[in-house]
Amino acid sequence: MSEWWTYRLEDFLLFSPRVYWRLFELNNAASWPLHLLTLAAGLAIVLLALRRPPGHGLWVAFILAALFAFVGWSFLWSRYAAINWAIAYVAPAFGLQALLLAIGGAARGSLAFDRRDIAGRLGLLIAVVGLVVYPLMPLLFGRPWSSAEVFGIAPDPTAIVALGVLLAASGGLVPLLFAIPLLWLLLSGLTLHAMGDSQAWLPLLAAAITVAALALRRIAR
Amino acid sequence: MIITRRTFVKAAAASGAALVLPGTAPGAPPAPVMRAVPSSGEMLPAVGLGTWITFNVGDDPVLRDECAEVIAAFFAAGGRMIDSSPMYGSSQPAIGYGLEKLGRPEALFSAEKVWTSSAADGPAQIEQSRRFWGVPRFDLVQVHNLVAWETHLETLFAMKADGRIRYVGITTSEGRRHDLFEQIMRAHPLDFVQFTYNVVDREAEERLLPLAAERGMAVIVNRPFRQGALTRQLQGETLPAWAAEIGAGTWAQFILKFILSHPSVTVAIPATTRVDHVRENVTAATGPLPDASMRDRMAAYVRDL
Repeated sequence: MSEWWTYRLEDFLLFSPRVYWRLFELNNAASWPLHLLTLAAGLAIVLLALRRPPGHGLWVAFILAALFAFVGWSFLWSRYAAINWAIAYVAPAFGLQALLLAIGGAARGSLAFDRRDIAGRLGLLIAVVGLVVYPLMPLLFGRPWSSAEVFGIAPDPTAIVALGVLLAASGGLVPLLFAIPLLWLLLSGLTLHAMGDSQAWLPLLAAAITVAALALRRIAR
Repeated sequence: MIITRRTFVKAAAASGAALVLPGTAPGAPPAPVMRAVPSSGEMLPAVGLGTWITFNVGDDPVLRDECAEVIAAFFAAGGRMIDSSPMYGSSQPAIGYGLEKLGRPEALFSAEKVWTSSAADGPAQIEQSRRFWGVPRFDLVQVHNLVAWETHLETLFAMKADGRIRYVGITTSEGRRHDLFEQIMRAHPLDFVQFTYNVVDREAEERLLPLAAERGMAVIVNRPFRQGALTRQLQGETLPAWAAEIGAGTWAQFILKFILSHPSVTVAIPATTRVDHVRENVTAATGPLPDASMRDRMAAYVRDL
């Protein structure tokens, strides 16, 4: 790109806020009542991470993998990429995250949700917020209820819940699993910021808290 | 360069850009000002329709219908040129949908772009764009933002020679790469050039607009409202009473009349999602346009706000 320093964030925005939020409305209408299933799956993930029954790592990883694959295909690839060609390159990253989660879940001992330090507890709190509070954002920001972002249906709450439970996880693959959800939240926050949307701070805050929690854990070591 | 009355008249004569105010039938909406494409003499209404952001609506059926309504209002008001690009997301299919719904209006002047860093992919991209629009051929294809411009221009001139497109052009926006843009204008027989120009972004007055007149190139003006930021900024300000002298009833018309009054400008392409705005925009190309002293007054007024 020539004269790249002359470009502002807004120059990369290809669509209007109205079109962006209409994407969620149409996606929600097409997906309903899957929301009930994905929310139940999210609740199950948090409960599995809290109670840690035998084989919980595999179940949490498989549920997250399935939902990342679903969101990547149904929302990013099938809807968002139509108004933002760059998303065609991002959607496969959700597929890669699903693959990594599936590998982490399938490989014995590579993923356990057993951390109960401050970062781990904070992570589970973040997961609950992503699951329960995120869908309520339209009420706070004056958008139609039909544009709600729901875990397992929309990318932001899916990434936030994933980061939350990963903060409570241990295993060789775990550091790798943070990258894609963090990068997604950064991209989403910057997009909302370019749109002038006051919700922009939410995905950025979730990413910042996750990075801070990881840094604190490292320092505590 | 600030335009004086003398340079204004001189540039108008040099560009050969005809300014025609057609007669209007009683009861019919006033016909827009027509401008000539210097390389052919073809007359075009001076306000076109841009599609950056506004037509990128994905598969949303409600918003696609709204785009079709905007296109319908544009043609009903006497507009012809619709401009798009492969870079604009789903704008091309949205245009195609609207044109199909309107029964393929004959008035259409299709202005597209080629935008790929791979020169080899250029022809396939243009063909894909043509299918999205559903037109037999494009009237104009421009090299978008000078991306891979050398090889794309070769392709476009060959397509023009074969009759597969009618005109060739290049584009830039927001004042970027004007030096290279000028070099290409001097070296190649372009039919159209497209860049940003409005009452606050006047860099093009220095070299590009006079050069277009000198080289006999039609000028398409993009971002006339700075993607809406300029009209939003002026929204709370009072339109001066003397704007009525040039028939400007809104800030949008004030800005468009300023742009269109430059003798080298052929078409301005504001983008909008609203039917009332598209009518208002095309109306800006009717009635009197400011002369050189009025242009100075307009620019000074906006600058001092």
